[in-house]
Amino acid sequence: MAEPDPILRMIGISKEFPGVKALTGVDFRLLPGEVHALMGENGAGKSTLIKVLTGVYDVDAGRIELAGAPIAFTGPLEAQRAGISTVYQELNLCANLSVAENIFIGREPRRFGRIRWGETRRRAAELLARLDLDLDVSAPLSSYSPAVQQMVAIARAVDISASVLILDEPTSSLDAGEVAQLFRVMRRLKEEGIAILFVSHFLDQVYEIADRMTILRNGRLVGEHLTAELSQVELVGKMIGNELADLERLDEKPKDLARTGDVIIEARELGRAGAVQPFTLSIHQGEVVGLAGLLGSGRTEIARLLFGADHAGAGEVVIDGTPVSLRTPRAATARGIAFCPENRRTEGLIADLTVRENIVLALAAARGWARPIPRRRQDELVEKYIGALRINPPNPEQLVRNLSGGNQQKVLLARWLIVEPRLLILDEPTRGIDVGAKAEIQRLVVSLSDGGMAVLFISAELEEVLRLSHRVGVLRDRHLVAQLPNDDDLTVDVLMETIASGARP
Amino acid sequence: MNRLARHRLLWPVLILVLLLATNVAFTDGFLSVQMKDGHLYGSLIDIIRFGAPLILVAIGMTLVIATGGIDLSVGSMVAISGALACLRISELDDQNAVGGVLAAIGLALALSLVLGVWNGFLVAGIGIQPIIATLILMVAGRGLAQLVTDGQIITVNSVPYKLVGGGYWLTVPFCILIVLVVLALTAFLTRRLALGLLIESVGGNAEASRLAGIRSRGLIIVVYAFCGLCAGIAGLMISSNVSSADGNNAGLWIELDAILAVVIGGTSLAGGRFSLGGTVLGALIIQTLTTTIYSIGVPPETTLLFKALVVTLVCLLQSPTFREKVFHRRGRGAPPASTGADTKVRVTV
Repeated sequence: MAEPDPILRMIGISKEFPGVKALTGVDFRLLPGEVHALMGENGAGKSTLIKVLTGVYDVDAGRIELAGAPIAFTGPLEAQRAGISTVYQELNLCANLSVAENIFIGREPRRFGRIRWGETRRRAAELLARLDLDLDVSAPLSSYSPAVQQMVAIARAVDISASVLILDEPTSSLDAGEVAQLFRVMRRLKEEGIAILFVSHFLDQVYEIADRMTILRNGRLVGEHLTAELSQVELVGKMIGNELADLERLDEKPKDLARTGDVIIEARELGRAGAVQPFTLSIHQGEVVGLAGLLGSGRTEIARLLFGADHAGAGEVVIDGTPVSLRTPRAATARGIAFCPENRRTEGLIADLTVRENIVLALAAARGWARPIPRRRQDELVEKYIGALRINPPNPEQLVRNLSGGNQQKVLLARWLIVEPRLLILDEPTRGIDVGAKAEIQRLVVSLSDGGMAVLFISAELEEVLRLSHRVGVLRDRHLVAQLPNDDDLTVDVLMETIASGARP
Repeated sequence: MNRLARHRLLWPVLILVLLLATNVAFTDGFLSVQMKDGHLYGSLIDIIRFGAPLILVAIGMTLVIATGGIDLSVGSMVAISGALACLRISELDDQNAVGGVLAAIGLALALSLVLGVWNGFLVAGIGIQPIIATLILMVAGRGLAQLVTDGQIITVNSVPYKLVGGGYWLTVPFCILIVLVVLALTAFLTRRLALGLLIESVGGNAEASRLAGIRSRGLIIVVYAFCGLCAGIAGLMISSNVSSADGNNAGLWIELDAILAVVIGGTSLAGGRFSLGGTVLGALIIQTLTTTIYSIGVPPETTLLFKALVVTLVCLLQSPTFREKVFHRRGRGAPPASTGADTKVRVTV
């Protein structure tokens, strides 16, 4: 089968930020009528490549050709006019406007300066029908699910310009049915000859929808392959180099169930109305307790209660045998509890501060303003943890906002590790980060618990919970329904059944 | 060279130099500093001397803005502090009694501190938006000052009190010494101790700071109290300099000049990173501008317009986005890091 000429070609693209080489000599091409996945770990350069393509950033070197003609966009609007539209992870639509208004905002059909609402609605309905979507176009966008909103964004993008469509992590907040619906729309567009650039962390989805993939690592091109010709294992190998072996080795590590030290913290009938039903949970020294459950089942709420981030409405917390009042995070940190929240950017890091400042923050807060950490001590601590956690780039004065997701997570971990907590609560520490960083964080959890630290580990990935935990608490509808020892009988299937049925079968 | 060009204080310094150069062109001997009767005299000294209250208020404002807040009530606190001090001094049997003057000053500063704590309590304790919370005292404070002075302008004739705003010590104007001490103290507290990190953290992301174990409530109250104290000292200086307290006009609009000084100095109104050096530069720019307006003979009726034009220009030059557009230097590695600065200028202009 002869390949058609590429609609888009990027040749020798390089881009450098202060202190970071984001892209080095990357080639990329996109054929009409294909779904092309851009693969790579966090910080591999996927986002930068997309931003260079859409004119958000200038290139330092290299050239871009669209349909054979060289182009240099000065902004996303210009790229859009030339036929390249982007739908980002965070939707930039107005939820309070109607579906039709969202599709035609800024370019409404007009006559004598007056908007023709009938025409607007009719054309919006036509457009959505083309994508097999049957929506009430005059209903407010907020009345539809995120998945449908995403598709409205796609419909808008396709209507504005129709040769290249970029979808940046479109599926990260969708459930399986919604993903299937999105893929149907993508296939329809593909048949119309639109070239789709697709970015996703989910390998299964990439294999389901993508015809071809381009793999980046550390800002360099690793290769371009037809999806059918590259197995998932090979793909992961190319994305992360050779660190996969480490992940597998961790898998085989036997769980030492006998190791349970003294009880560090015990929640007795602790609960909060509207957040989580009263639960009783004790955590021992050196023990990893996993929490499993669906999104919104109360996992995060338990963590927040134990950390004093929310006020408990009922029950009490007992630490070392004495009831304590954890009314603020400050009180919890003083008792040796640390908490890495799931929303790194909104609840964890201070984006405008440097890596060093973010790492020493919890210790500085604990010591108070009058007892600063001497600068030399700060540098020692920060250097130690940048090395130990392999934070990249290893520059303590880099602003934390410029780091990739995985490295931001490591900064957050480092912040709490230097205060040497007795209980470390990790809420989704591996979400949205690449396989390599994930393995490193999992290894870290194992070694911390070997060193006697208690860990409360929350993750949506049941495999991960099983791999790390000595004991697994299962949540269902804001209820801690079971606490299962992680013995040979406990499998992902058993966990799923417990989540589904509410009790051990 | 490149590092120098990227230094965040480059533009404020350039603007100040430009303003000073304009003055040199219009005024003979502008740069000369002389010794008369053991006192330092000269236009440069005057700029710092008259700018001292603004610098003080702006220092307090910098910390408030760094927490993500704002304090509109500093002008009123200036008036209240001056009014109370003058009232107490005017009630003394001997207005030249050092003890009595010190007591009056102490009382005025204590009240400023209390008013600052009040602002902080409204913001951090009750959770009112800073602009509204301090608006209360901005409006009510003028009334309070009127109440203290009984609607009159209180005149005092006290040599010790005159020292604060108009006197000299070791050949240097005393008010400049006060500014230096406050500045040094603030720099020590924020940069040598951990206060600066904690303030920048709370201003950068309040929720994340709470979850990192920072007691942001107490911190914010302290910062507003400090801002009140700075305004109180500025109020003493202003009333001392003219030996009278005018509840209506003392410190009028100083809050706007102070906010402007902070912004020109490169601190974002969104909170987070702050620069004390930048703020001092900003305040000096504003004061120099006022001097320049007089020295180059701008007609009085156009003074405000002239000032507005210059300030607009200064703010535009401070904005990386604007500079990129004008000087056609797009995208040289600026992207993610510059957003804070952008917000700042957009809010101001």
